[in-house]
Amino acid sequence: MPSDSAPLGTPSKVTQGSPGSPAQGGIGESTLRPDGTLKVTGEFAYSSDLWHEDMLWGQILRSTVAHAEIVSIDTGEALAQPGVHAVMTYDDLPTEVRNYGLEVQDTPVLAHGKVRHHGEPVAIVAADHPETARRAAAKIKVEYRELPVITDEASATAPGAVLVHENRADHHIGHVPHPNILHRQPIIRGDADEAARRAAVIVKGEYHFGMQDQAFLGPESGLAVPEEDGGVHLYIATQWLHSDLRQIAPVLGLPENKVRMTLAGVGGAFGGREDLSMQIHACLLALRTGRPVKIVYNRFESFFGHVHRHPARLYYEHGATSEGKLTHVKCRIVLDGGAYASASPAVVGNASSLGIGPYAVDDVDIEAIALYTNNPPCGAMRGFGAVQACFAYEAQMDKVARRLGMDPVAFRKLNAMEQGTVMPTGQPVDSPAPVAELLRRVEAMPLPPERQWESSEGVDVRQLPGGLSNTSHGEGVVRGVGYAVGIKNVGFSEGFDDYSTARVRMEVVGGEPVAVVHTAMAEVGQGGVTVHAQIARTELGVARVTIHPADTRVGSAGSTSASRQTYVTGGAVKNSCELVREKVLDLGRRRFGTHHPAWAAAELLLEGGKVVTDGGEVLADLVDVLGDEAVEVEAEWRHRPTEPFDPRTGQGNGHVQYSFAAHRAVVEVDTELGLVKVIELACAQDVGKALNPLSVVGQIQGGTAQGLGIAVMEEIIVDPKTAKVRNPSFTDYLIPTILDTPTIPVDVLELADDHAPYGLRGVGEAPTLSSTPAVLAAIRDATGLELNRTPVRPEHLTGTA
Amino acid sequence: MRVNFTVNGRPQEADDVWEGESLLYVLRERLGLPGSKNACEQGECGSCTVRLDGVPVCSCLVAAGQVEGREVVTVEGLADQARQRARGDARGTSLDEAKALAAGGQESPAGEGTGAFPHAALSPVQQAFIDAGAVQCGFCTPGLLVAADEMLERNPSPTDADIREALSGNLCRCTGYEKIMDAVRLAAARQGEGV
Repeated sequence: MPSDSAPLGTPSKVTQGSPGSPAQGGIGESTLRPDGTLKVTGEFAYSSDLWHEDMLWGQILRSTVAHAEIVSIDTGEALAQPGVHAVMTYDDLPTEVRNYGLEVQDTPVLAHGKVRHHGEPVAIVAADHPETARRAAAKIKVEYRELPVITDEASATAPGAVLVHENRADHHIGHVPHPNILHRQPIIRGDADEAARRAAVIVKGEYHFGMQDQAFLGPESGLAVPEEDGGVHLYIATQWLHSDLRQIAPVLGLPENKVRMTLAGVGGAFGGREDLSMQIHACLLALRTGRPVKIVYNRFESFFGHVHRHPARLYYEHGATSEGKLTHVKCRIVLDGGAYASASPAVVGNASSLGIGPYAVDDVDIEAIALYTNNPPCGAMRGFGAVQACFAYEAQMDKVARRLGMDPVAFRKLNAMEQGTVMPTGQPVDSPAPVAELLRRVEAMPLPPERQWESSEGVDVRQLPGGLSNTSHGEGVVRGVGYAVGIKNVGFSEGFDDYSTARVRMEVVGGEPVAVVHTAMAEVGQGGVTVHAQIARTELGVARVTIHPADTRVGSAGSTSASRQTYVTGGAVKNSCELVREKVLDLGRRRFGTHHPAWAAAELLLEGGKVVTDGGEVLADLVDVLGDEAVEVEAEWRHRPTEPFDPRTGQGNGHVQYSFAAHRAVVEVDTELGLVKVIELACAQDVGKALNPLSVVGQIQGGTAQGLGIAVMEEIIVDPKTAKVRNPSFTDYLIPTILDTPTIPVDVLELADDHAPYGLRGVGEAPTLSSTPAVLAAIRDATGLELNRTPVRPEHLTGTA
Repeated sequence: MRVNFTVNGRPQEADDVWEGESLLYVLRERLGLPGSKNACEQGECGSCTVRLDGVPVCSCLVAAGQVEGREVVTVEGLADQARQRARGDARGTSLDEAKALAAGGQESPAGEGTGAFPHAALSPVQQAFIDAGAVQCGFCTPGLLVAADEMLERNPSPTDADIREALSGNLCRCTGYEKIMDAVRLAAARQGEGV
């Protein structure tokens, strides 16, 4: 029975700003989150909190093997279970569109004849209790005939290798050397071989970056509610509503206007919600049963239910003159994309175009590829592509400096790019690039005291490696300090039409002018809603701003990823506010233009609820100008266009903006047990303009901690023989706790990018880049070990690996 | 089975509880209290932290049947509990705060709390989390608040090491914990000043 009643947990408008108060809370202030109160009282409804009175629970059956033909599926016993309302397999899909994907539609909604990775969805069940659904799914009998697994570059390109995808027709197949290579991007500039002859030292290195999980705390979840008109309303945690919509509707056989989407509360994302997870499955079950269907992954399933950060093998050669100038860089970056394409092409683009880091080098020879394998699919995660490269090129920079006998920071500063530097892609950097300054700042911060674990009351073991495990009282503990700096592109690159849409409405409510901001931006925790309200206050001079829930009744906002939302949706909100302001002023001119000549002549502003001249003279109250009218604008806004990279040379103006951060890590290592404690992880970052300084620092600290995680603890372990995931739980996949995370002092630099709204720079990803190599450099400094892989484990430090 | 217990000071009765259900499931799905979060269901993340007879526990690891006749406090009850503490217990709480808290229910607009006059409907630690920027996605927040509130009740003047130890069972993926440290320090300081 279709139901039009909204579920419990449907998001509502949030209004911020006290009536009658002056218009505080504009850009540049540390305004507090509009959803903060709801989040601390437990009232904020996440996608897993949604509830509908007649809802069913959905469950996905996933493959237990990585690569196999499906011989048979028997759903009979599952369907016969009391409380089970539907069981669906590939054969039950309603249309001929049975695959989805961000760029390449290679991902089956449900497996058809074959599974390509461990944990691939095979069947779905709806039942009246989540445990009933789980038990029913377990009664579905799937017979597999196992195939050999492709797990790395060697097995992918070996003669006679099994193809992960046969009959590829995607637009990358024409430029890759093997069908198990999804995408390849070379970047050639100058003549690296010729330049190498000028080098006094040449350093080669091979590096391995482990598979990292986003590990957002709110699991994949949502509620699909069938509607009277045969459509469906999906309440969902995602990073990009309209991208989901574009992929969901064709599979359901519905026009996009019959698939309504509302953003439910999102418990973190970090790239892991860019791809679809349970969206289509919940909708299919809802349309099949006619009942609302809720699906919530548990943590085990979450590890299989979203893409991860690409593990990578990176091969580098750096050369430098005896004076310490880089002569050339050659590198080859092999990213494991796993079984499906996801965001791999963009990851390849980032890894290659940013592959030498924030340094000025004229002669480069770069190649990045992404493999198709039977490992878990990999895609977007904070800093995608740039993170893996930064780990390797920064290790190389330290090695070259050591060979030259130079200080590693001085060597970096000597080679640091700056505004005007030409990137390996031939694109000049046309806004501030304060790489040397960030290094100078982070180096200038005071160091934590030596033997910081000693206090007047003796040794505090909590401050030592091993902590309360009481493994050391300081014996065998040595300190190391390491530095790193990185470069990340902001926004979608390579010619993508990267736009956002904002609807802004201004009207008088309760005797006060109020701005309502409606976008489809996914608030995933970053504070976009805070910033939108701040922009509206600054541009429209109102105190009260109402944030409308994000949904598909307004145009696309693009993805909450690539550090782009404050830039692009922030830019769209600013633009729509400016258009609203013009309309309001037109209204004022019509109503009051004859009262004062300044209406016609002067530059007029909206401030403190009034129309004022640029000289500060008050012309009218907004309440009087607006009267009973509401002024509303919905408009798209775009940043400067970018270009694709040339497929052979990698040349092209592919990026719109860069973001830079530098870290200094201080670690203490128990060299006997191989235990590492990071004592401090200082960061300096240029943010262009901090629209909300409190949130900016929060982003930098959070990104820094994720970089720390992949340095010393986090890694999804995939069995190289079976391609099965060995540690899909928070017991076995460790993310940093408050005991593992040190103090993170932050120095924020604000050098405006004149091309961007308010001069701002995207901030979210850059701190995730340099954090990891800084920690590795510090551990190398403490131990003298080479450490060419991350994360570092105790066995790598004790020689027992 | 039927389970009778007290949640946030109110007697509750949950019917048709399957023996395998956790306290977390009963709170969220049967009693309409979804504030406690499910992020790992194996006691690693602390997002489901509640107090059981005053002791912080992972409610995902407590079988619903185990709470028969016992008292549970969830994030939804933190503000009320702080008010009761303010009324009945002089520790670290001034007359002014008691008055402000007792006045309660005076909803000021979301996110507009200030240091000097905390949001009357929030407990001090809830207000401090907002003010310090300790909330991003907020999924870990309910569990952290329950754990931090319990620690501040035991230890009104914690050192940084004390705070880290007390919150080491609560994972946060967004903040890097720095603002959470700031929030707990702020709550302790305000408690000490009696504001």
